[in-house]
Amino acid sequence: MNQNVKELSDVVIRFSGDSGDGMQLTGTLFSDASALAGNGISTFPDYPSEIRAPQGTVAGVSGFQVHFGNRKMITPGDYCDALVAMNPAALKANVKWLKPDSTIILDADAFTEKNIEKAGFKTDNPIEELKLSDYNIVMPDITGMTRQTLEGFEMDAKSVAKCKNMFALGICFYLYNRPLEYTFEYLTSKFAKKNPKIAEANIAVVKGGYNYAANNHLFANTFDVKSSTQEPGIYRNINGNQATAWGFIAASEKSGRPLFCGSYPITPATVILEELAKRKDLGVKTVQAEDEIAGICTAIGAAFAGSFAVTTTSGPGLSLKSEALGLAVMTELPLVVVDVQRGGPSTGLPTKTEQSDLAQALYGRNGECPVVVLASSSPSDCFDYAFQAGKIAMEHMTPVILLSDGFIANGSQPWRIPSMKDYPTITPPIVTEIAEGEQFRPYVRNEQFARGWAMPGTKGLEHRIGGLEKDGRTGSVSHDPDNHAEMTRLRAAKVAKVADSIPAQEVLGEREGDLLVIGWGGTRGHLQSAVEELQAEGKKVSLCHFNYINPLPKGVEEILGGFKKIVVCELNCGQFADYLRQNFQQYTFEQYNKVMGLPFTIRELKEKFVSLLK
Amino acid sequence: MEQKKYTAADFKSDQEVKWCPGCGDHAILNSVLRAMAQVAEEKQIDHEKFTVVSGIGCSSRFPYYVRTYGFHSIHGRAGAISTGIKTANPKLSVWMASGDGDSLAIGGNHFIHAVRRNVDLNVVLFNNEIYGLTKGQYSPTTKLGKITKTSPFGTIEQPFKPGELVIGARGTFFARSVDAEIPLTQKCLVAAANHKGMAVTEVLQNCVIFNDKTHAPYAGDKATRAEHTITLEHGQKMLFGANKDKGLIFNGIELEVVKVGEGGVSVDEVLTHDAHAQNPVIHFLLAGMKYPDYPVALGVIRDVEAPNYDSEVERQIEEVKATSKITCVDDLLRSGSTWEVK
Repeated sequence: MNQNVKELSDVVIRFSGDSGDGMQLTGTLFSDASALAGNGISTFPDYPSEIRAPQGTVAGVSGFQVHFGNRKMITPGDYCDALVAMNPAALKANVKWLKPDSTIILDADAFTEKNIEKAGFKTDNPIEELKLSDYNIVMPDITGMTRQTLEGFEMDAKSVAKCKNMFALGICFYLYNRPLEYTFEYLTSKFAKKNPKIAEANIAVVKGGYNYAANNHLFANTFDVKSSTQEPGIYRNINGNQATAWGFIAASEKSGRPLFCGSYPITPATVILEELAKRKDLGVKTVQAEDEIAGICTAIGAAFAGSFAVTTTSGPGLSLKSEALGLAVMTELPLVVVDVQRGGPSTGLPTKTEQSDLAQALYGRNGECPVVVLASSSPSDCFDYAFQAGKIAMEHMTPVILLSDGFIANGSQPWRIPSMKDYPTITPPIVTEIAEGEQFRPYVRNEQFARGWAMPGTKGLEHRIGGLEKDGRTGSVSHDPDNHAEMTRLRAAKVAKVADSIPAQEVLGEREGDLLVIGWGGTRGHLQSAVEELQAEGKKVSLCHFNYINPLPKGVEEILGGFKKIVVCELNCGQFADYLRQNFQQYTFEQYNKVMGLPFTIRELKEKFVSLLK
Repeated sequence: MEQKKYTAADFKSDQEVKWCPGCGDHAILNSVLRAMAQVAEEKQIDHEKFTVVSGIGCSSRFPYYVRTYGFHSIHGRAGAISTGIKTANPKLSVWMASGDGDSLAIGGNHFIHAVRRNVDLNVVLFNNEIYGLTKGQYSPTTKLGKITKTSPFGTIEQPFKPGELVIGARGTFFARSVDAEIPLTQKCLVAAANHKGMAVTEVLQNCVIFNDKTHAPYAGDKATRAEHTITLEHGQKMLFGANKDKGLIFNGIELEVVKVGEGGVSVDEVLTHDAHAQNPVIHFLLAGMKYPDYPVALGVIRDVEAPNYDSEVERQIEEVKATSKITCVDDLLRSGSTWEVK
């Protein structure tokens, strides 16, 4: 180990290269090694929507950012301490994410005249052109040394070239004093069946990179990040989409209702369907439907038949599902629709994050058509909000829209694995029998205004539901004016009633102060970091972050009244701010909005808050 | 155990039927109720095991009139909703009532994919070649050139033949009947219910208000039907005409109508109907036969065995469950790469 080891509290590394360079794997291996070494981590992949965009171009750059530290990490970090760029395009694409004292690791072999030109540089010296001369740049012949390391492995040139990312990983492992064993174990088990020689080759290249950095004194000093003090327990890494899928399976187990997912592939939501499709062992049924409409309609059919039904999508898909969602509202069936939001409108920015589907979730249907709206706020809490969405849908007999976004869906963090015995039982109002001679009336409600769930196949409960308005007493089709008014009122009252069974709104920090920061959903990590940093500086700032959007939790009005100023921060043009204005007309809501397909940075948030505090 | 008896009356709901007087739907409702009673008796299953699903349109009022579970959904989506119901609970007998506009226009995508997947559904396709509930616009099955409210100068669109669509989408069952032919419709629907997989029964239906007599030239009355339709039966010669003196032969390229017997071909040369043949070519040609060049084919045209979607889902679940180490959510959460903090 290097003698000059500096201890840091947290570090951000960005791995970048061509979309075929294996940077997602490199980043994942680095973050897994850090997590296993006890660090808090948060990661975020940043990749183009093309699977293989033209090689060597800026459009084809794929990146993976990892933030690791000596405490729980709640964001993948704004700017990076180290950048790995496997070609000139990757350097060009990521230069805006560098901190002033960043370390830049480049593959000298990739900086050929042709590649420099492909990346769109005007001169033959990218480093000067990007004004990077003062940075700490290391530029070994990564491709060449990978080739040398693998001499004698009898591998073809293409397979050899594929290993160069491991050389860069080895350098990073040395620079940040990471243990190597976890990565070796992973590579060995991954290729154990397919080709053990590939594992050996990759391990050799990781070692090659590590030793090269050590022997050549590539860095004046190396760094270490101590492990965080974590609550004892079993941990794993989890991304938001996987957590969402598993949360649904948990809700299914706790309700005893089999899980059904009808869905159509769409970025960035597809992984939820993929995760659920794997779970035949837990009885999960998935239908990959012919379109978004069939996705939700198969789910509605399954809900009628007695399943806990979900459908997964992103913004454009939610648009297509609107009419059927209205049917689910009208028939009062339990259903969860997940919208993993991306940049819109239309196809927009499929692989980039945004929070611009809120208004669609709240209002985007014909008629008076209220649904419950929830939002997850971190990769791991996607599990809990998927569970909650299922609980609310089934116990209140209502569709629920669960909003996630590309940032938390693809981001991952360590998660202390919970035990299912700590989760509540879900008790839907299932009807199983009826007194002899009586007829089942589908719209008779319980004290929460939820109707009974009578499943086809149950003797004596035969009934008809549908999109036409029904008589609240008999369940027959009705065009009666008073009945329609009453049913409209009841459908809204049922959704409003959910406020009684969700937690009151919380505040991070004091309940009185100069500035109340408001956010919702996936921006939580950034808002919390910015607010906590300002609190540490003595500023009277608090955070009120929402996961329950419709209905709003209790206690919001009291919170709003405790602050001189209120700012609503969201990755759209002010949809939640407008919703709050509609609900709390006596307050003034300032806004901070961003629609760049990117998460907030803590830096920009702090600047905004400081300016509001003046 | 004592065998329970069922009649059509057992399946009739208490709701008032609101179709126009003279509408073909009344006869189809009768046929369906009789078919359900027959299926219930043969399989000894009760009302509650039946579910009727529909989309939007005149025919889609159907679920209200059947005494069982019903779902009157939204336009075109009955195929997808039925797929969800049947996949979620394969024990149900799922029947779908849908019209030519509902299933072949707005719901065309769901229709062909339900056929392709071979979901075990029993679809009654009411084909009146018109949009009735919106009062008389042309549909995807309206005959070319027909004057309707939205085609005041005649349609310029080629119509679908539902049977060709079903067989083209690799369908495993297709039958055709006429609304007034209640015994034939009942027979087709019972065969459809016994078929494991997606069964489509097209019923040529008269819309007395907006498209009256559209099927009359070949299916108008008994005499016309004898001359201009052919009722196919598996294993029987393809003969038609009041005196069974006309038949169908295959000339290597297409079907041909021939005179049989004196002055015509020998009955041996006439095709024998094989509804169970996997090869769909003859079925496709039969389903596509058009008046006046050919008789319109009625009866079960295609009925072949193939794995059906909902059973395959169950099979996979059983297979995976038998070998997986994951038996509950706690197992799942602890699967794969984990580490312990002490």
